[in-house]
Amino acid sequence: MSDALSNFEGLLREALAPVDPPEDLAWRLEGALTSLTEMAADELEAWELSAMRDPRNWVRPAAALVVGTTAGVALVVLRSRRRGPPPGGLRGARDAAARALRGIGGEAQNER
Amino acid sequence: MADEVQEKSKAQLDAEFSELYRAHLRDVYSYAYYRVGNHHDAEDLTEQTFLQAYRHFERALRESHGRPLRPWLIRIAHNLAANLYRDRSRRPASPLENAALTTPHTTEELVEGRDELSRVLAGVQRLPDDRREALIMRFALDMDNREIARALGRSDGATKVLIHRAIKQLEELVGDAGGGGDSG
Repeated sequence: MSDALSNFEGLLREALAPVDPPEDLAWRLEGALTSLTEMAADELEAWELSAMRDPRNWVRPAAALVVGTTAGVALVVLRSRRRGPPPGGLRGARDAAARALRGIGGEAQNER
Repeated sequence: MADEVQEKSKAQLDAEFSELYRAHLRDVYSYAYYRVGNHHDAEDLTEQTFLQAYRHFERALRESHGRPLRPWLIRIAHNLAANLYRDRSRRPASPLENAALTTPHTTEELVEGRDELSRVLAGVQRLPDDRREALIMRFALDMDNREIARALGRSDGATKVLIHRAIKQLEELVGDAGGGGDSG
């Protein structure tokens, strides 16, 4: 009985083999995530311009620079592991990112 | 000062999230695929799962106390999949949409020519949601009982029973399909 069970579990494992995601999904997702961090960086940059007038705030832009650089590096590493352009080209990835961001906006509104 | 701490941690958060993404993209996609039964919805589900995970990553890290985050990711996918089914049941769906959600024909392409595996997959699709999900997590994602318990929000003991019953029911379904000579 234990053998039968283990045979069946083996069959089940074979039937439910992991499925590799399509390449263009990975590009789309990475584009969306990169856009999210870039958006955060833009917001910090806008804050930085006004804050630099007050020396008490000088520490913060420096921290923002570190944040932006590291976040960019983290996501660039993701992209550099892939070879060649994304399916549909960079424009396709950007469009997908914009679509995903719009999705997040809608979702955030629904949650509130 | 509190802002500085938050900003500093954001850099680390992005790096750690990238790691999480790389490590579990295939897991989330596999779960999504077997959950919804077609590539199109699985892609949407995977995309939305990671975007939502990104938004709540900091809190998840804080509350995980160092435990692996895969169950949390799969739980997000699980909740989104439940929403997908609920939304579609509310509005009139085309026959094609219904077919994509209720029959495993695209999944079966993975095992074409292998009747036994096809019967297993057909049986998995016929299981109650919680049993089907537990089996997907165990066999497609190789999650242990504790991880599955966290993903489903159940106790370890209840999860063990759930998996045991799921396998038993599936064996019966597959046996019936094989004995009848027609898997439906």
